[in-house]
Amino acid sequence: MDFFNQDLTSLHADLVAKKISAAELTQATFDNMAKTDAKVDAFLNLNADAALKNAQAIDAKGINADNLLAGIPVGVKDNIVTKGLTTTAASKMLENFVPVYNATVVDKMLANDMVIVGKTNMDEFAMGGSTENSAFKVTKNPWDVSRVPGGSSGGSAVAVASGQVPVAYGSDTGGSIRQPASFNGIVGMKPTYGRVSRWGLIAFGSSLDQIGPMTRTVKDNAAALNLIAGNDVHDGTSSKRAVPDFTAGLTGDIKGMKIALPKEYMGDGIDPKVREVIQNAVKQFEDLGATVEEVSLPHSRYGVSAYYIIASSEASSNLQRFDGIRYGFRAQDVKNLEDVYVRSRSEGFGDEVKRRIMLGTFSLSAGYYDAYFHKAGQVRTMIIDDFNKVFNDYDLIIGPTAPTPAFKIGDEISDPITMYMNDVLTIPVNLAGLPGMSIPAGLADGMPVGLQLIGKSFDESTLYKAGYAFEQATDFHQATPDLGGTN
Amino acid sequence: MNFVTTIGLEVHVELKTNSKIFSPSPVQFGAEPNANTNVIDWGYPGVLPTANKGVVEAGIKAATALHAEIEQETYFDRKNYFYPDNPKAYQITQHEKPLAHDGWLEIEVDGQKKKVGIEEMHIEEDAGKNTHASTHSYVDLNRQGTPLIEIVSKPDISSPAEAYAYCEALRQRIQFTGVSDVKMEEGSMRVDVNISIRPAGSDTYGVKTEMKNLNSFNYVKKSLEYEEQRQQRVLMSGGQVQQETRRFDETAGQTILMRVKEGSDDYRYFPEPDIPAVVISDDWIHDVQATIPEMPGSRRDRYVNDFGLTPYDAGVLTQTKEMSDFFDATVAQGADPKLTSNYLQGDVNAFLNENKVDLQDTKLTPENLAGMIKMISDETISSKIAKKVFKAIMAGSEPVKWVNDKGLVQLSDPAQLQPIIDNVLENNQQSIDDFKNGKDRAVGFLVGQIMKQTHGKANPKVVNKLLMASLQAR
Repeated sequence: MDFFNQDLTSLHADLVAKKISAAELTQATFDNMAKTDAKVDAFLNLNADAALKNAQAIDAKGINADNLLAGIPVGVKDNIVTKGLTTTAASKMLENFVPVYNATVVDKMLANDMVIVGKTNMDEFAMGGSTENSAFKVTKNPWDVSRVPGGSSGGSAVAVASGQVPVAYGSDTGGSIRQPASFNGIVGMKPTYGRVSRWGLIAFGSSLDQIGPMTRTVKDNAAALNLIAGNDVHDGTSSKRAVPDFTAGLTGDIKGMKIALPKEYMGDGIDPKVREVIQNAVKQFEDLGATVEEVSLPHSRYGVSAYYIIASSEASSNLQRFDGIRYGFRAQDVKNLEDVYVRSRSEGFGDEVKRRIMLGTFSLSAGYYDAYFHKAGQVRTMIIDDFNKVFNDYDLIIGPTAPTPAFKIGDEISDPITMYMNDVLTIPVNLAGLPGMSIPAGLADGMPVGLQLIGKSFDESTLYKAGYAFEQATDFHQATPDLGGTN
Repeated sequence: MNFVTTIGLEVHVELKTNSKIFSPSPVQFGAEPNANTNVIDWGYPGVLPTANKGVVEAGIKAATALHAEIEQETYFDRKNYFYPDNPKAYQITQHEKPLAHDGWLEIEVDGQKKKVGIEEMHIEEDAGKNTHASTHSYVDLNRQGTPLIEIVSKPDISSPAEAYAYCEALRQRIQFTGVSDVKMEEGSMRVDVNISIRPAGSDTYGVKTEMKNLNSFNYVKKSLEYEEQRQQRVLMSGGQVQQETRRFDETAGQTILMRVKEGSDDYRYFPEPDIPAVVISDDWIHDVQATIPEMPGSRRDRYVNDFGLTPYDAGVLTQTKEMSDFFDATVAQGADPKLTSNYLQGDVNAFLNENKVDLQDTKLTPENLAGMIKMISDETISSKIAKKVFKAIMAGSEPVKWVNDKGLVQLSDPAQLQPIIDNVLENNQQSIDDFKNGKDRAVGFLVGQIMKQTHGKANPKVVNKLLMASLQAR
């Protein structure tokens, strides 16, 4: 079984018609994973026994004909806690950590009969853009296994892009869903901040983190977001707004839609081949009857600096709980309390995590707070104002998701600044709390290039509507990587 | 040389809520270690705090009792530090925008009234508890996340006696709002003090020393008195006071150096991103304020003006909310206010002191106390019998029923008493003669005989009246 040729609508029809059972689908998924994942290393930990039992139980009670995701195998990023299933955040710090509770999104997956087949690889604690920061394995891009899958949700992206599962969930703090979606030629949605509960998401940057779906098609993505969205009493930052049916309104008709193209997203630093793909996408939108006009987001250029201060500051505090006292890694042969703290954290965290903890701790320190954390907050407000001004006149903003296609494994890992610049186009969206989605827009030298769609707050519907129209008018989403005959 | 003393107090008060400030775990004393905890209290990966609305409302009540201004929008901050009793390695508190600010309390020392300013009042979570054994340390997170308010005074307190009075006033007003038990001995009120002195006429504050977690108001006063004199001795001998934290040794009655402060700790405060700002509307404040019980000052006025109690009695009855509520409830049952006041301050207080119990832990209720007092007022029982009734109440009896069952109802009916009096007179001609000869003692003897015949139940007033009439008639 692979999921290159069947979207959720067609799989669902087969399940309802009993052409295949959920248990057979799950077994076929594991059979395929055994071959495919050996090549790409998308998964950290499989859930085979429980998944098959769950699938049998779903078969026993029958597939809900109204639920597109019933009986569907799903991959879950390993920073989302799963009760009884090891959850590591790809860190030695949590190598053998078995949670005693489920994230709200996991409860929703299970309540809606999704079959969790495993936990996907990622950059440690979601810090990175290549999944090379995992303490356990390096995930490969299925389009070219010498290249990175992007990150931090690289495992979830590859699990979908290599045909192992039709849907996986990731998390996005500065681009961690959209950039790997772009690098792997799939659809990745970072919902509006507050749209999805963060309860059970191991926190990185609390004011920026959101969980979102990664799929092969726009409609699949809309259904997968519907399943996890909504207010949660466990998360005070989750919104009480009603959740619309994101799959409604996918007509392909976007005549009269007003689209903005920020000039800052198409300037220097963007690979000319990426720019060309985006310019073609602009033409495509115009052909569909939308208007596309150039606008300016003048403070975007400060986004990366502000982001690395805010996200790292929050992370420095969030990651203090990993202290070797109650759970997780504890250093051996410690002499005293300070030794427990210093050695457990020195030995348990990887380099990138330590780098950000130090950056964040510094930014919050007395004497530096005003110049760094406070100033970054002011920049954040200016970036929000930039977006608000554009959204007074436009329905949607488009541009590239990442400045380049996937780079080679090992190329950027020793150069954090270059690595951080990968997020230059996605970060402002997190800072402003807006929804952002990457969809396949074509290939550059054989590697996928993603188109980013940015919407108004809580207006994911418009992103899906525009994304769907684009997808229907093009065939980029049908392109699949060649993994040497396994698919 | 004359010195001016400046004292500041930081008082932590534990709020009496059902659940913790950021988690649904119950708040209660005496549970097994870590029984009242959940994933939030453990600081587990992926958990989030959600603010308990009841804590904000308790904070609004406390702020109102302290005459403080309540912010229209308030938010939480993280205070970062590592310690095993602090599982997230940050405390959620309020640093930049506390719930309330600029309040005051009125204190009285030696008949002089004074207003002491309150800088700010904020809400925050308590930490857990570490205990240390020889080879291991233990962490109990039951207290982790218990809601606290912290009240910071302005530098208006200028003597240890004023500090004592401030603690009393604060405890009393908070206690009357009902948001806390404010018991020093149970840790639901904790006091940190700081003190500095400067030469009279100088307008810059001296270097201050701190003492944390003092165990009683008395120790607050004593430690400050010691510290005031110690600092004077240091300055008079040409030395300089060091900025330091000291401990009060209760047996020695001295403060002892714990650690010298070099610079200030860096807690890397920043706004808590997991909890949205709390918007407090005027309507909400009014709704909450409408539920605040009457404050002691207003109760005292009412007791003096409406019930005719002395200001002293009114003061004693309003020492604690329990006593004052009990008084009000008893009077509301129809009991005479003065008699109620006398009984509460007399027999009831004696009972509580003797048995070392709180009023709410006894069998006494406003209903049964009022039942007894009404029987005294309408002369159903004598005050002598009332002593027995009180004992019976404290042992669990309902007074009216008990008096009836025991046949202790006072005999006040002349038709019943006259034959007994006549009988006693028939048998005591000598006493009648003595009376006629002007010997008043004879009356006492005759009353005693009548009481004996009635087993003490005869109403002495009625007996006296009837006896005198009978003697006169003979």
